[in-house]
Order: sequence, then C-alpha cells, then structure tokens
Amino acid sequence: MFSVFFINTWVLIAVPTDHLHVLNKIKTVFSNALFSFRRQMKVKVLSRNPDDYVRETKHDIQRVPRNYDPNLHPFEVSREYTRALNATKLERVFAKPFLASLDGHRDGVNCMAKHTKSLSTLLSGSCDGEVKIWNLTKRECVRTLQAHEGFVRGMVVRFCGTSFFTVGDDKTIKQWKMQAPGYGEEEEPLNTILGKTVFTGLDHHQKEGVFATCGQQVDIWDEQRSSPIRSFTWGVDSFSSVRFNPVETELLASCASDRSIVLYDMRESAPLKKVIMTMRSNTVCWNPMEAYHFTCSNEDYNLYTYDMRYLDQPITVHMDHVSAVLDVDYSPTGKEFVSASFDKTIRIFPKDGGHSREVYHTKRMQHVICIKWSSDNKYILSGSDEMNIRLWKANASEKLGVLAPRERAAVNYNQKLKEKFQHHPQIRRITRHRHLPKTIHHQTKELRVMREARRRKERNVRKHSKPGAVPVVSEKEKHVVTVVK
Amino acid sequence: MAKVSKKQAIKKVKKTKKKSDSAEETLAAVPTVAYDEEEEEEEEDLNGNFSGEEDEEDERRRQKLLEAISSLGGNRRKRLGERSEAAVQMSEFGVSVDGEGRKIQLSELIPKSAPVKTQKQLKTLQASTRTVDSPLSKQETERIQRDLAFQKTAEEVTRWKSLIRQNERAEQLVFPLNQEPSGPRPVDRVALGWMAQTPLEQEVFAVLTANKQPVHDPLLTPEEEASVKAMSLGEAKIRRAELQKARALQSYYEARARRDRKIKSKKYHKVQNKAKRKDLLKQFDHMVQTDPAAALEELKKMEVARMQERMSLKHQNSSKWARSKAIMAKYDQDARNAMQQQLDINKELTQKVVTALNDDQEEEEQEEEVMPECINDAEEADAANPWMRGRLSQDPEDNEKTEDLTVEVENKGGEEEEEEEEEEEGEEEALLRKFDSRRKQRRAEEEEAAAAAAVESAEEEHKDDDEELTEFTNLLRRRQQEEEQTKVETGNPAPLLEEGLMRVRTLEEVEQLGQDPGSEENPVAADPEPALPPTEPPPETRKASKSKKRKRGIELQEVLTKQTKVIAVPLAPTAEDVEDGGAEELDQRGLIQEAFAGDDVVSDFLKDKRKQEEAGRPKVVDLTLPGWGEWGGTGIQPSRKKRRRFRVKPNPPPYRKDKNLPSVIISEQRNSAISLHRVSALPFPFENHAQFESTIRCPLGRTWNSERTVQKVTRPRVVTTLGAIIEPMSREELLKDQTKGDSGEKSNTNPVKEKNTHHKHKAGNKQKQKKK
Repeated sequence: MFSVFFINTWVLIAVPTDHLHVLNKIKTVFSNALFSFRRQMKVKVLSRNPDDYVRETKHDIQRVPRNYDPNLHPFEVSREYTRALNATKLERVFAKPFLASLDGHRDGVNCMAKHTKSLSTLLSGSCDGEVKIWNLTKRECVRTLQAHEGFVRGMVVRFCGTSFFTVGDDKTIKQWKMQAPGYGEEEEPLNTILGKTVFTGLDHHQKEGVFATCGQQVDIWDEQRSSPIRSFTWGVDSFSSVRFNPVETELLASCASDRSIVLYDMRESAPLKKVIMTMRSNTVCWNPMEAYHFTCSNEDYNLYTYDMRYLDQPITVHMDHVSAVLDVDYSPTGKEFVSASFDKTIRIFPKDGGHSREVYHTKRMQHVICIKWSSDNKYILSGSDEMNIRLWKANASEKLGVLAPRERAAVNYNQKLKEKFQHHPQIRRITRHRHLPKTIHHQTKELRVMREARRRKERNVRKHSKPGAVPVVSEKEKHVVTVVK
Repeated sequence: MAKVSKKQAIKKVKKTKKKSDSAEETLAAVPTVAYDEEEEEEEEDLNGNFSGEEDEEDERRRQKLLEAISSLGGNRRKRLGERSEAAVQMSEFGVSVDGEGRKIQLSELIPKSAPVKTQKQLKTLQASTRTVDSPLSKQETERIQRDLAFQKTAEEVTRWKSLIRQNERAEQLVFPLNQEPSGPRPVDRVALGWMAQTPLEQEVFAVLTANKQPVHDPLLTPEEEASVKAMSLGEAKIRRAELQKARALQSYYEARARRDRKIKSKKYHKVQNKAKRKDLLKQFDHMVQTDPAAALEELKKMEVARMQERMSLKHQNSSKWARSKAIMAKYDQDARNAMQQQLDINKELTQKVVTALNDDQEEEEQEEEVMPECINDAEEADAANPWMRGRLSQDPEDNEKTEDLTVEVENKGGEEEEEEEEEEEGEEEALLRKFDSRRKQRRAEEEEAAAAAAVESAEEEHKDDDEELTEFTNLLRRRQQEEEQTKVETGNPAPLLEEGLMRVRTLEEVEQLGQDPGSEENPVAADPEPALPPTEPPPETRKASKSKKRKRGIELQEVLTKQTKVIAVPLAPTAEDVEDGGAEELDQRGLIQEAFAGDDVVSDFLKDKRKQEEAGRPKVVDLTLPGWGEWGGTGIQPSRKKRRRFRVKPNPPPYRKDKNLPSVIISEQRNSAISLHRVSALPFPFENHAQFESTIRCPLGRTWNSERTVQKVTRPRVVTTLGAIIEPMSREELLKDQTKGDSGEKSNTNPVKEKNTHHKHKAGNKQKQKKK
C-alpha cells in the first residue's frame, strides 16, 4: 500500500492519495517514532576546526598534532633504540663506498694532486713519467703528457690553479700550464729547472709563488729563479716528503730517511727541530684546520699525530694497518684523515681516534701508493700499484646528491640516534663489523698475538725484576727515540 | 797614517760596544781589517744624513781624507799584508802589533775628557783578572739559533690554540668557513624598517594592534594567557592519569576478550553465556538486598544492552541460519521449534516497544523532556570556530522541518503547546528548575488525591514521586514502597504472588512510567498507545483496554525468563535518565564501567602477584630418606625428629620491592633477552651512570619533541656544502677570533697568553741548563 525509504536522515513516504486515513496514521506513528528516536539517541557530532588540520595547499605536509607529555610516552627509549638499531643496520646495508675506477695509466700511479680551484679535476703521475689529468665527473682522462723520464715523484697545483709543478727522477722540476695546448701546439713545460740531485717530493706555498722540494736536502724555490732561495740540511742523506703548513704558511715539515721528521720555518736559515722515531716515516700531512697538528704515516704500520710544539711524544698513535703506511691526507674539515697502505687497504681515521672508523679495499686494488681527500669533503681518491685511480665515498653509506629537506632531517636524526646509542652492544657490533680480506684478517690476528706476547713478556720481566727497574712505557712513548734541537 | 787607521778602529770599537753582546760576538768572529774603508764610508754616510751643512762639511773632510790616503800611496797595502805574518798576538780589532812588547792600555783607548763614570768603570775592569770566554762551537751556536727559532714559531703557532679549542667544542661547524650567511634574516631585523603601505596591510596592522597581538616575544595575547591559566596543571594531570588508567584497563580487557572470542566452540559460548546470565542474576538479587543503588545501575546497563539488541536485526529470522531453517521447517520438527523460539525471542524483544512508546506518551505529556533542537547539532563549545558557525546559521530549513514534525506531535497532546515554549529555552538548568517546581506541584496534588484513592493508585503515586526525585531518594522511596507493597499483597492475594515482589513492582513501575503529571489528569489518553503496534485500535479504545493490556504484559512476562523480568523493572527509570541528563550520565567513565562490567582485573592482578611471590620464596628442602633407620613401607611417615633434622629450613625470602606497593609487580629477575641490548660498562666520556642514563633518557625524535627542538638536537656536527671547496684555515680567522675574544670574553684569551709566557720561561730555563 505504501513504501518507506530511509535516505540518510530523511524519511520519504510514498502513499497513494486515496488512503488519507492511512497517511494520517503513518504520520502520527512516524512522528512518535522520530520523537522517541530523538529523545533516546543523542547524536554526538565531533566538532573540529578545520584550520587545525586542513593544509592550505596540497604541497604542505599533513599536520600531525602531538602531545609531548612524557607521561604519555613511557616507551620512548626503547622505541628510539629500535630506530637506532634500524638506522645502523640500514647504514651497513647502504655502505657502498666504491664509486669508480679511473684506468689509463700504463704504470703504477706514484703521485696525485688535487686541483686547487676545481673539484672535478684530478692530476696523477705514474711511474713511467706520464701525467694524466682527469675529469672526475665524467670519469675520463682529459689530457696526458709525458712529463719526465722515470718516475714522476711529486706533483702539486699552484694555488691559483693555472699551472702545476712536477718533479721526477730525471732531476728536473717542471712547471706546466693547466690548460691543454691548442691544436698543433706541442706539449711543453712553461718552465724547467735542472737540479743537481733527484727530487723526491714537492709542495707549493699556499699563497705565494714559492715552492719546496726535497731530495738530498730541502730546498725552497722562488718560481722566478732557477736556483733555490734557501736550502736546509741537517746531516741526513735524503728526504721522502715535504709539506707546507696550510695554516701557518711559512712552516714546513719533511720526512727524512734517518727515521726523523724535521720542521722548518721558511723565514729562518736553519731548521727548527726534529724528532727521530723508531721507524721511518713515509709522508707527513698537516691538519688544514689546526695550525700545529700534523700526522705522519710510518713504516711500522702506524700513523702518528703530533703537536709540533711538543714533539717528545705523539698525541695519538693510530693503529690498524697491517703493513707500512705509504700516504696520508687530511680531510679539508680537519676532523679525519685517510691513509693508504702497502697492505692494499685504505683506512679512515678520526684525527683523535686510535683506530680507524672505516676500511676500504677491493679485490683488485694492490698496494695503495697515494691518497687524496677531495676538497669538498665528500670523496677519497686512491692511486695504487696496479695503475688505477679509485674514487671512493668518504662516508660509505651517504646518499650522494641533493637531499630533500625531510630526507636531510631524517639523515640527521638517524645520525644522532646512532651516536646516542653507539655504546649499546648490538649497535656497536653492527657498526663495527667490516669484511676484510682473508690475508689482512689473518695478519691482524697475528699482529695481535705478537703484541700480546710482547706485552706478556714485558710484564713477566717486570714481575721478576727489582721494582722500578723495568718501567712501564706507554704506547705513545715507545715510538719516539729522541727529539733533536 | 797608522794613526789615522788606529783612530778609526777606536771609533769603531766605541760604536760596537754600545751594541748588544751578540753583535759583538759576530764582530769578533769577522776580521775587520779588510773592511776598514767601507765601514768608514758607511759611518760617514751615516753622519752625512743628519743635515745639509754637515753634509757639505763631511764632503770636504772626505776629500781631505781621500787626498791623505792617496798621498800615503801603497803603504797601506803593505800594512794589510802584515796580517799574514805569523804574529804571536793578533788583536782581533785589526790593531797591528806595532811596538812588539808594548801593550795598549785601556786608558789610551778612551779620551781623557771622558766622564768620571766611565773612568771608574775602566778601573774596575782593570782590577778584574777574569778572562773572556772563548766563542761557542759552530754546532752549539746553530743549536741555539734553532732553539730560538723554534720557540718563536711555537709561540706564533700557539696563537691558534683558542680557535682550535673553540672549534673542537663547537656544536656545529659549517664549512667552508668564511661563508656569507645565506639563510633568511631574522624577522625582527627585517620588520624593523618596515612600514604598512598598502591599505590591506594597514588594515591588518590595525587589527593586530586592536587585539594587542604581540608580534615578537610572548606569542599569546593576554586573553589567551588567561585561558591557559584557567585549567590548573594538577587538575589536568589527575584527569590524564585517570584516562591513562582507563585506557590500560581497556586494552587489557580487549586482549582478554579477543582471546575468548578465538574459541570457536558454540557450545562453550552457550555454556559461558548461560553461566554468566545466571551469575548475573544471582548477583543482582543479592545486590537488590544489599546495595539498591548499584542494582539500579546494573538495571540501567541491562536495559541499554537490551535496547541495543532490539535495535539490531537479531532474532528477526532474516539471518542466513534462519533462512536455512525456514527451508528445513517443512520437514523437520526441530527446525520448526528453533524458528519458533527465535520468533518468541523476537516477540519478547519487540514487546519492549511497549515501554518505549510509553516513553513517547510521557513525552507528549511532559514535553519539556524533548531534547532541544540544538543538541543534535554540533556542540557549541567551539564558538571561535568560524566554520562551524557558518554551518549552523545556514540550516534554517532543517529547523523548520523538524518543527513541522513536532507540531504534528503536538496535535495529539493537548497541553503540548504550552510546554513547547518552555522547551525552546533549551538550557538545562532552566529545565531542571522547571521540573522541580512542577514536581512539587504534582506531589502536592497527588498527596491530596492519594488520601482518597485506592491502594493501587497510592502505589502509583509513590512511584510517581520516585521518578521525580533524585536517585538516592528514589532508592529510599523504593524501600518504603516495598514494605507497602508487601502489605498490599498480603491484603489481596493475586496470581502475581508467586512471582515475588520484584515482579509486581516492575509492572507497577512500568505503568507509572506511563503516568506523568499530565497523564494523571488525562490518564486514558496517556497509557494505552505505547503498547500498541501500528495496527492497534485508536486511542478511544485504549482506556478500556488498559487493564487488559497490563494483564497481557504479565502473561507475557510469565512466559519470559526471569532475567527479562528483571530488566522490565528498571526500564522506566533508565529511559527517563537518558531523557533527562543523558549527556552527563553516559559519559566516558560510565561507558568504561559498562565495558568492564564483570571483569575482575584487580583480583586477577592480585592472583598474579601472589603467584610471583610464591615463586620467589625459597622452598623447604626435604632430605629425609623414608625407611632409613626405621621402618619403611607405604603409609609410614618418617618420625618427627627425623623430619626436623633433615628438612632444611629455607632462608627468609628476600625483600620484595613491591611488598608495600599493592598495585605493582616488580620483578627483579635477570632477563637475558634484555641484557643482550644493555650497556655493560660505563662508556668513556661519562663519569657516572646517572650522566649516561640521562643522555639516553632524553629522546631526540619528533614524536616526543617539538619541531624546533628536534632541529636543534639533531644538528650535525659538521656541515659541508655540496660542491664547495673547503679552503684551509686562514689567518683572517685568527684575527676574527681575537677581536671576538677581546670584545666578548677576555678570560678566554688570557690563559693562552699565560701559557705562552710560561712556555717561553721553560725554553729559557732549558737554554740556561744547556749553557751550564
């Protein structure tokens, strides 16, 4: 007779017109029903102000209102711990430091130089006297020149970036233009200086047209002159490396073959001081942010960071390599440095940490001879025996390229979490775990055993001798023989 | 000639004497003979610099001298050659040994007109017999030179110390170092030189100033601050703690319910339900005797449950099961029975409509109870919410429509129109006040009527009163009522006797619910309608059928189980409660209580705790060997002596931390799963556990901290710019640092200086030692 539809809140009633009495009845019933409904069921409506939760544009982030009261969050520590653990695991998952290998040299890469003004340019000199200039973004060689006969021993780019110097086994110092010669022009050095002895190292002053070489003695050269403006000798036969202090630009340090590190002031006529160690140092590198700190890579598998004012013992002994350390370079921020070793690995050390935070190796990389940390603090370049230059990330798990702000925030947060929980065993275990080649692993073990044996013996000797007869010598003191004034 | 050169030499000596010792030393080392002439010239040059006149004079003198020298001829060369002679004593000043044995007296070197002081000095010098030290060896001089140079550089380098320290401690270092700050400048600085220019800006400014909106530091206006202060912290805390507890309980309960629900056995559930029902009934009976208030509550709950069930489509024979049974019903007696049962239940449930409609009737009579229109609208709490305001004002149509409906309803009840106005007032307080006054009136009327009325009507009146009073008084009334009723019932025995007091009362109450002040005057119109389904006879016949209907209700209830009986009683009060102050009573707490009815979490917890305590208590170790040293066999107990001897008494149980905490279980057992994740030793930079724990305790994430804090806390130590070359530290940085240090913190630079001087002293001391 009639039909009823409930549509949302409205009730539609369709009744034929000839049943008016029915209609009346329905009306009453429904009105009653509606009343009862209204009375009994109070409909509650959530009242919210959309200003509080609606975004203005779709590009905005959704607002998430939060209550920061600590009583409402009883599990914050455990939640953060889990996050930290995950972050650590992800860090290990994404740790893929190797970026590229630049091949093209026909002999081992003996030295490298960073361009002072361009991040994408790298210079490398090999053992056959060839110098190559690389474009790192394209990962290709842009220029090759035969600079010397025999090894290219040292290479440095002038502070202005327009030219560079090379020294070689052929007893010459050559200055080259950074620009490639035009078509038809011959590749010729701007300047050539003939020396009396072989040069083994080279470095340029930070701001002036002065450079230093080392060989039989340490020479300071003016770019305009063909003879050194100053020569430093201190009763030794040869030097392996010389470096200008980038902060106090008149200071120099050099490593000599009599196991010493010698300091110089360019303005003085005589060297300043030298420290003799138990083993020979191969290279030395100044901290670019701290005027008086330098680090040397030593033949005894360690690196030593010194304060140049107090040479009687190093500030820190950096251990971890299992063979002679051949080269060292500081990060431009001065917080870390990277070392290249004969044991075919590269290690990154914090400047004040005794052990490395990172170790890089690949199957094909042989003895790493030279190493550089790029001037934007992002990359590491290594030149090795097997003629390749390798490009690594300085931070193994870092995402390269521009990060979105939220991404950046997440990265920062994860970093802090990792720092916060770094002492927790699970997290420490994961962060510290690295895969090592078998040989290095075994060697490390062996070294540990040897060290332990030595320590044990010393302890025993001390135990069985007169008290005070065998003094305890700290690790730092062990490696310095004497300081010569 | 010799004289001339001698004089010159003397002059030279005088000059050099005034200079420092070191200069003297070098001079001593160098033979001066060869350079005589040059130096002389130099000297003259020096003299010549003083003035023009002197210059000329000097020139003349020089000419003279040159002439004299030229006149001397080659003699001089010969003199020079003298040096090559093997002389025993060679003066280091190039003084030739003229007279072999003759010594030069010191006094000869000084003019006689020299001051007395120098002469005295000369005398003392002559008196002393000490010889001058021989010059140091080359190696040693070199070493000294190196040492001096080193000290100089060390000092120079030490200037960097403060800067390096500062960088080491810095929370954040941004590289490259000498960057221009690229970010947006602080608002204050920008706003300082800004003026409102456009009309819109001016308008905004005017609004801001009118509202005293602070632009800079305190973000809240005075009004806002006042509102913030309105809710005290303690209150808020208590409230939150309550809610928290409730939520915890809820989750616990839910978990339990979920576990229960997982059990699939129908039989189990059936048994469970039955048991529960019985339990409930028993409890309720007990409660009625002991705690009528709680009983009332319970009834209310039951009523709600019942209402909900009625609202659902259960027992309508429309379910899948019912349909399948319908097919089977033709052939299967059981199925038919089952369906019948369902239908019965349905009937029973729909029977409840009687009371519901009764309510309706009441409503007609006391229209004040109809909810004001606005209640179903969004609550007005958020007056500042422009969105909500807008909506409300746009709904006049709705209002009209609902009003139409109400008008229709009004047509039924005679008095409604008057009341409608009252209803419009809407406010609860006003309503309550009215109710009160009306109740008083009614009571007065009823009391008058009660004197003349029959026993039954008297009962009704009482019930009426009950309704109107508060719950507490209601309960008291009920007590009295019970007594009355028992008297009445003993008076005229009725078939309801068997059913017990409860039941009679319920019926009575149901009726009374129907009877309102209005209905008393017009009882015929009021009562009958609710009980009827839509097809019932019109209101005229209801009056006649009233008593019948009541009987029928009774009959029906006889058919029903006991529990339904129970539920039937309180329906009226609960319904009324909902009408009156539903919003207040069915609040969160009530809901939670409802949800946890019959769930004894506390006793469960206590049981748990006791169990744990038991487990932690050391056990008695019984070392008695039955049959050892005495008779053995089944049923033979070792002697008491033996038992005393061989039963190792346990130590007193270790102190439990939760001993005096009734609502806590503290377990001090080591959990190996957790220990895997715990720091075993205090890490290096921390000095004590509290320090370390505090760093762990404060969270970093944005779940627990405001955005600003998170940004601050998670700032990386070192920031580098992508693709920017980081130059080494330059000397300008040092200058910057020094100026900063001078202006800001002088104390910072001082120690460095002190250290420098200290260093110098040290070096000096060493030198002295070396010399000795």
